[in-house]
Amino acid sequence: MSDPIIKTEQLTFRYTTEEGVAPVVLDGLNIAIEAGSFVAVLGHNGSGKSTLAKHMNAILLPSGGKVYVAGMDTADEDLLLDIRRQVGMVFQNPDNQIVASVVEDDVAFGPENLGVPSAEIRRRVDEALAQVGMTAYTRHAPHLLSGGQKQRIAIAGVLAIEPRCIVLDEPTAMLDPVGRREVLDTVRRLNREKGITVVLITHHMDEAAQADRVIVMNDGHVASDGKPADIFCDVEGLRSLGLEVPEPVALMHELRQTGLDLPLSVLTVEECAAALYPILTNH
Amino acid sequence: MPILETRKLTHIYSQGTPFEHLALDQVDLSVEQGEYLAIIGRTGSGKSTMIQHLNGLLKPTSGEVLFEGEDLWSTKERTRQVRFQVGLVFQYPEYQLFEETVYKDISFGPKNMGLDEDEIDRRVRRSAQFVGLDAELLDKSPFELSGGQKRRVAIAGVIAMEPKVLILDEPTAGLDPAGSAQILENIRTYHKEQNASIILVSHSMDEVAREAQRLVVFRDGTTPFSGAPAEVFTHGEELEAMGLGVPAMTRLFTRLRAMGVDISTPVYTVPQAREAILAALREKGAM
Repeated sequence: MSDPIIKTEQLTFRYTTEEGVAPVVLDGLNIAIEAGSFVAVLGHNGSGKSTLAKHMNAILLPSGGKVYVAGMDTADEDLLLDIRRQVGMVFQNPDNQIVASVVEDDVAFGPENLGVPSAEIRRRVDEALAQVGMTAYTRHAPHLLSGGQKQRIAIAGVLAIEPRCIVLDEPTAMLDPVGRREVLDTVRRLNREKGITVVLITHHMDEAAQADRVIVMNDGHVASDGKPADIFCDVEGLRSLGLEVPEPVALMHELRQTGLDLPLSVLTVEECAAALYPILTNH
Repeated sequence: MPILETRKLTHIYSQGTPFEHLALDQVDLSVEQGEYLAIIGRTGSGKSTMIQHLNGLLKPTSGEVLFEGEDLWSTKERTRQVRFQVGLVFQYPEYQLFEETVYKDISFGPKNMGLDEDEIDRRVRRSAQFVGLDAELLDKSPFELSGGQKRRVAIAGVIAMEPKVLILDEPTAGLDPAGSAQILENIRTYHKEQNASIILVSHSMDEVAREAQRLVVFRDGTTPFSGAPAEVFTHGEELEAMGLGVPAMTRLFTRLRAMGVDISTPVYTVPQAREAILAALREKGAM
């Protein structure tokens, strides 16, 4: 395995409150995210997954333990800008992430703040918009775009910083099915074609099924970690953590309980149909 | 007589300006007493504009909205009364909590209805219990609660008015599977216990397939399809073209049929899929 782009060592986090001691949100996490991978993070509300995400580009700093981004300690204030050049964040609500009244200005906001020369900014903005398929909207007003388009603009804004890793915290929660697909397709393409590391925090099991690796969080710990097909085989385990499995897996689980010999590792409708076809036709 | 009905309901935003937009185009919709209806459609298809007409938050540009057969806008008092009978839970309602305590927030609606203190107290406690909020939370500030709890407070506030029609705009958006399941179960229980009409606005085909008795599809301010889920999901290609798609289980059976498997029963949920497959195996003597 190559050097991890993000690495946590005994990462512990608790919010400080006026009364002093607050419950532990992250409890001694050791996670390494390999450069170029596509990792989904699942967990019920309050499991610590968003808190973990915010540690990945130093929005939050550990209460205990360490987080390294490309080998840099996030607790080192002098490295903050360098860390944020490596890892960009996209949040849930597209409306909260727009800072300018024209799409290209919005995308240019990041590199401008980093002091990138203006000719270089022009190149980055054009390239970032092309990568998310929004070139035609360069001079549009972002607030008039659809939710999926706004999220793609937010992704372009992160791309213009030319990070090696993008962390997305439930980027599709507020989107309709088309918007969800647009965002997911964009993210997958950036991962495959550009080699950008993607960390996707999500409640949608079908989105997690598309990742290379799934990390399941529970009560500030890693409950399981592995390939989607393996993670989703543990139907009862996931349900006990308040999670679900993709519907094809749920169907297989039901049918297996009647004694049928069917695989659980079917994440898509196509794989599910292929598994059912022989028993339904004797072929 | 339907409990709610729209007749040729048209709504035009910013009429007479360059931003003029036809959001609803002569829509006829009727909702029966005790019916569980789901509205599906892309962002911008007119769903939210529609539900805001159903409890008098928006006034039709033309056409009518009838509650129990009478125009919602006939008198000011009529409009006010209908707003108590048709409860509307907005998208992300937790952002609209504003009172100092959970108790006060839930009691806001019943108080406006002019109910006496005892009745308000009964309703607040009942609706809090209904959505699974512990009594000890009632004295807390809503801002101390988790996201899922806040959403339940907001829903309790609408249920406390005991509306005959309960409308919810994407009540499960952003919740984890367990949180979603609990809210959907609360809605089902309210539907049964009160014989209330439910209108669920959702982006999830799997969710509406499981929950609703009837679906209405919105597209560009019109309603091209409506009917039982099995019926609506036969329009797979059109739904796909609208960017809505059909439930995963419906896609599975479409694919199996294309491969030559002879199962004709309509399927759109996991339990139905299980039954259809077991029935097919029994028929060919494989079980």
